[in-house]
Amino acid sequence: MPLLALESLHAGYGAIRAVRGISLEVEAGETVCLIGSNGAGKSTTLRAISGLVRPSAGRVRFEGCDITRMRPHDIVAAGISHVPEGRGIFARLTVTENLDLGAYLRGGPEVAEDVARVFETFPRLRERARQTAGTLSGGEQQMLAIGRALMARPRLLLLDEPSMGLSPILTQLIFERVRQINEEGTTILLVEQNATSALEVSHRGYVIESGEIVITGTGEELAADPRVKRAYLGEL
Amino acid sequence: MFWFDQLINGLTIGSVYALIALGYTLVYGILQMINFAHGEVFMLGAFAGYFVLLAVGGDDLGGATIIPAIVLAMFVAALASSSAAVVIERIAYRPLRNAPRLAPLISAIGVSVALQNIVLRMTGGRDRVYPRIFPGGSFGFGDFQVGYIQAFLIVASVLMMAALLVFIQRTRTGRAMRAVAENRATASLMGIDVDRTIVTTFVVGAALAGVAGVLQGLWIPNIRGTMGFLPGIKAFTAAVVGGIGSVPGAMVGGFFLGLTETVGRELLSAIPGVHLPNEWSDVIAFSLLVLVLVFRPTGIFGERVSRRA
Ligand SMILES: Nc1ncnc2c1ncn2[C@@H]1O[C@H](COP(=O)(O)OP(=O)(O)OP(=O)(O)O)[C@@H](O)[C@H]1O
Ligand SMILES: [Mg+2]
Repeated sequence: MPLLALESLHAGYGAIRAVRGISLEVEAGETVCLIGSNGAGKSTTLRAISGLVRPSAGRVRFEGCDITRMRPHDIVAAGISHVPEGRGIFARLTVTENLDLGAYLRGGPEVAEDVARVFETFPRLRERARQTAGTLSGGEQQMLAIGRALMARPRLLLLDEPSMGLSPILTQLIFERVRQINEEGTTILLVEQNATSALEVSHRGYVIESGEIVITGTGEELAADPRVKRAYLGEL
Repeated sequence: MFWFDQLINGLTIGSVYALIALGYTLVYGILQMINFAHGEVFMLGAFAGYFVLLAVGGDDLGGATIIPAIVLAMFVAALASSSAAVVIERIAYRPLRNAPRLAPLISAIGVSVALQNIVLRMTGGRDRVYPRIFPGGSFGFGDFQVGYIQAFLIVASVLMMAALLVFIQRTRTGRAMRAVAENRATASLMGIDVDRTIVTTFVVGAALAGVAGVLQGLWIPNIRGTMGFLPGIKAFTAAVVGGIGSVPGAMVGGFFLGLTETVGRELLSAIPGVHLPNEWSDVIAFSLLVLVLVFRPTGIFGERVSRRA
């Protein structure tokens, strides 16, 4: 049984049908990426999984349970954390408060340990612990958003364009951390426009166009696929 | 001493404004909506406290028994106001959460007028009078005298404001409220139940208003169904002056407005040729609202409003 399964999922915004019958699976322990160009429906897919957008048809299964109509906070409780596009940090709250909110449904002494662990993964955040998150640079905000999502100890982490707006060096650092988080046992569904880096850290991937899956395969297969090369890797 | 008395009067009325203003600012912070029924929530608290005081002995209360009686009245008032706010939120605001911004505003005014009239009917349109249980008299040095009741109002509201700040800044629920105020969708991704947090915000604001109703009743004993209207709009003014959405802003704004109406009015009256008796307080308060809206719409503590527009 896969950890996550989407079964011909449809979702959109009013008349806009952004996701049109997507089926995909993520096995426990995998990093799976979803690549596609602007407006392809990647973010909507993640929002439909985390409950921010209500699917109009189809099903989302997590650990075998139907979570399609569950509300976002119940989906978090079920074990899915979503780092949204644009990071969604709470700018007026401090870095530590943001992290504490990530553990909103938990509590107990391990929360402090997890904060310490996030600070080990992203030492820059420790230096800025008491600052309001709005004063952080883009890269630091992305680190905070990922660290905050980890505070929930999710079994599945949804990452929406973690490299957006970051320098190549920071992008590389973020992807290294993504790989590390996966190696430590968290399953990841990664959305990216930066297909090269995404495919490098992913076991498998799906290519999405106009709300539908058009190609699927392992990371290497996709990286070698001429259609993918042409459309997403900037090669001729 | 005249000026000292004005100062104490300003702080006393200001503490009532501040407590009510907090409800406006909390709800605005989380929903970007002006809860114009909040003055009536204050009024309901005043009535609830009145009935409690009558039930436990009314004018016969005396000595040490007034302390538990007043505490009970405040508690029941907070409960009554909060319950009213929960119902109002559920039936008049939540269904309109995704409607144009004008819709909940109109709905709020409807609720406000309805509540005023329900209470007016139930009381036959006559004032009710709080039992005079609080000891009169004052304390202080020489000319600098503070009435016991005024000291009680000021101290009680300052303590509640301190408790509110601790709640918002230090507790898990307070943090959740701030998160929802900043971004509802992202807050839900933290596992926060957004609807419940919004209700909690209404409850906290209403409880403060309910207690404010009792405090005012102990000081100015006449209460009636329409009593929430003017303090409601003034507290709203205070919230705007302080910077709507800002909790410290509502506190400072409340006291500032109270002082403007008293000390400020007397200062203006000290100008030769100007004479502004008490009735000018409302004119001064609302002139201040207009001035702030025109020249500093963000208020004293204001940030840029409406990130989400
Ligand atoms: N909040 C919204 N309201 C209405 N339409 C939306 C909304 N968000 C996205 N859309 C539309 O839905 C479609 C899919 O958008 P989506 O954000 O899922 O794409 P995406 O693959 O994440 O793109 P990008 O790479 O630019 O983030 C697009 O046509 C977009 O314009
Ligand atoms: Mg997107």
